[in-house]
Amino acid sequence: MAKEKIKKGRPADRIGKLDIFLLAVLLLLALLTLLPFWQTLMLSFSSVASYAQHPLYLWLYSFDTTGYKTIFQDKAFFHSLAVTLFVTVVGTSMNMLLSVFGAYALSRKKLVGRRFFLNMIVFTMLFGGGMIPTYLVIKGLGLVNNLAVLILPNAVSTYYLIIMKNYFTSLPESLLDAAYLDGADEIAIIFRVALPISKPFMATFFLFYAVERWNEWYLCNLYINRSSLYTLQIYLRNVVISMSNTLNEMARQYLEQAGMVNTTAVQMSTIVVTTLPVLCVYPFMQKHFVKGVMIGSVKE
Amino acid sequence: MGEKKGEERIEKKTEGGRNMSYVPNREKRRKIWVRIRNNAQLYLILAPVLIWYLVFCYAPMGGLILAFKDFSYKAGVWGSPWVGMANFADMFADRYFRRSVRNTLVFSFGGLFMEIPSAVLLALALNEIRLRRTKKVVQTVVTFPHFLSWVVLAGIMINIFSSTGMVNQLLHLFGIASVSPITSQKAFRWFIWLGGIWKEIGWSSIIYLAAITSIDQGLYEAATVDGAGRLQQIWHITLPGIRSTVCIMLILAMGSVLTNGRFDQIYNLYSAPVYDVADTIDTYVFRETFNVGGMDYGYSTAIGMVKSVVGLVMVLLTNKVVVSAGEQGLL
Repeated sequence: MAKEKIKKGRPADRIGKLDIFLLAVLLLLALLTLLPFWQTLMLSFSSVASYAQHPLYLWLYSFDTTGYKTIFQDKAFFHSLAVTLFVTVVGTSMNMLLSVFGAYALSRKKLVGRRFFLNMIVFTMLFGGGMIPTYLVIKGLGLVNNLAVLILPNAVSTYYLIIMKNYFTSLPESLLDAAYLDGADEIAIIFRVALPISKPFMATFFLFYAVERWNEWYLCNLYINRSSLYTLQIYLRNVVISMSNTLNEMARQYLEQAGMVNTTAVQMSTIVVTTLPVLCVYPFMQKHFVKGVMIGSVKE
Repeated sequence: MGEKKGEERIEKKTEGGRNMSYVPNREKRRKIWVRIRNNAQLYLILAPVLIWYLVFCYAPMGGLILAFKDFSYKAGVWGSPWVGMANFADMFADRYFRRSVRNTLVFSFGGLFMEIPSAVLLALALNEIRLRRTKKVVQTVVTFPHFLSWVVLAGIMINIFSSTGMVNQLLHLFGIASVSPITSQKAFRWFIWLGGIWKEIGWSSIIYLAAITSIDQGLYEAATVDGAGRLQQIWHITLPGIRSTVCIMLILAMGSVLTNGRFDQIYNLYSAPVYDVADTIDTYVFRETFNVGGMDYGYSTAIGMVKSVVGLVMVLLTNKVVVSAGEQGLL
């Protein structure tokens, strides 16, 4: 550790007691955060026998893939995976399209009524109709038990829209105006000028939206009661939290046929499978948000 | 906001090239119309977003009239009979509603007093530690749970705290009686507060870290020359430097005291044995409204309306207090 590069900046700094203390505290915090995930991963490969033998289960005591096999033999799992993939792909595309168009238009000072539109949008962050009126509107639109309900109510995120608008406002206006004078229309300016120069920024937005859509469970919980339209999160919820789903019946059958199956392993495998995609894109998101891009001030 | 308004005013003047107030009204209106027509494409691409706001945000606001009605499916929102303030009066008599308000406030303020300070402390620690790689690794790890849903995290927590889970096994080793915060009225709130910190501490600390990096480094150099130690520097430079950021986060948190954003967490972790200490307004309304023969829609709407109005008032009030204390407000 001592060989690590020491942050420059303040003069005459040495590693002191404070650094040792901070190191201990931070490592402890990281360990506490990580431990539950680590155990989940280990348990997903556990067998009934190894789980009974090692109550703390912090190591790979057995490599039993029955948990994963059980899910991968469950039709309902693939159904919900398909729904979630659809919601993630279509939902994220829609999020990006609407935010880019909306934010770009709102960032242009020549837009008459810009202030009014912005106030109208910001107001929704402070006040809303609440659950039941929203439910009735969505029901009125015929969206209950409709795949579209998993996408449309979240098609715009006010928070991201405003951050993106602030970003577009910060682009050099001369650049956009030059393209405008060359005869390009607004859509051409967006696709040929504004987007190409903001690729990393847009990539970050894309990933943030994608993770949110992947995590979708609230809308599904509220508006969907047909199991063929369940998202992966709801499938997981049924397996882990409610414990009342087809998989558990399957697990029980499995248990009878193959001797024994560890339900904890099945539950933990489902968690691992649901978490893995987020873990895969996380490093790419992390690169950007550390710079404070995403939680830059919403304030105008 | 005031700044921007001024900007637009100046823009208007220079654009016309002359003082607009001399132009007759009709002429002025025609000019605006021309400006709108010239930018038709901007309106075209903005339209879907505006329509979305009208349908999914403003139409439900119209639905708030239900709070003053006795809703029946047959008659619909418009046809249902008016009942005045009866739905609001019902709230005072509803024992479960009062319980849910109490729990919501307990979760909100408890969270407020623990979450903001813990995130600030983490930001300070990450800023002070001079081992760059350690800082990066720790930050990467503690921010990760923010990106997972409460369904996943609740699943993990339930497993860890179950009777055969890690925590109870560990307690067992030391001969301590097992606890199950999931079903224990005493421990459930801590379970929620600390669980919330587990998920969000890393993410919340980023905004304070960003604020710390924008502090003038010269101040630290001057303080070092004057012989100030590191703790003194934190107290006299870093903390005052992030005060306005803390204020803004406080305003936002105050705005959501009744909608504390913990619905996902509590809904996925609570169960009937802990309703007394766990049931918040959101979970109560959600659970009761969608039960067969459950809560009346008018009543649910009224509760939602109280929540929204209180939230709005709290934001405005806190903002006012913060501004009058000499800090930068949010609005």
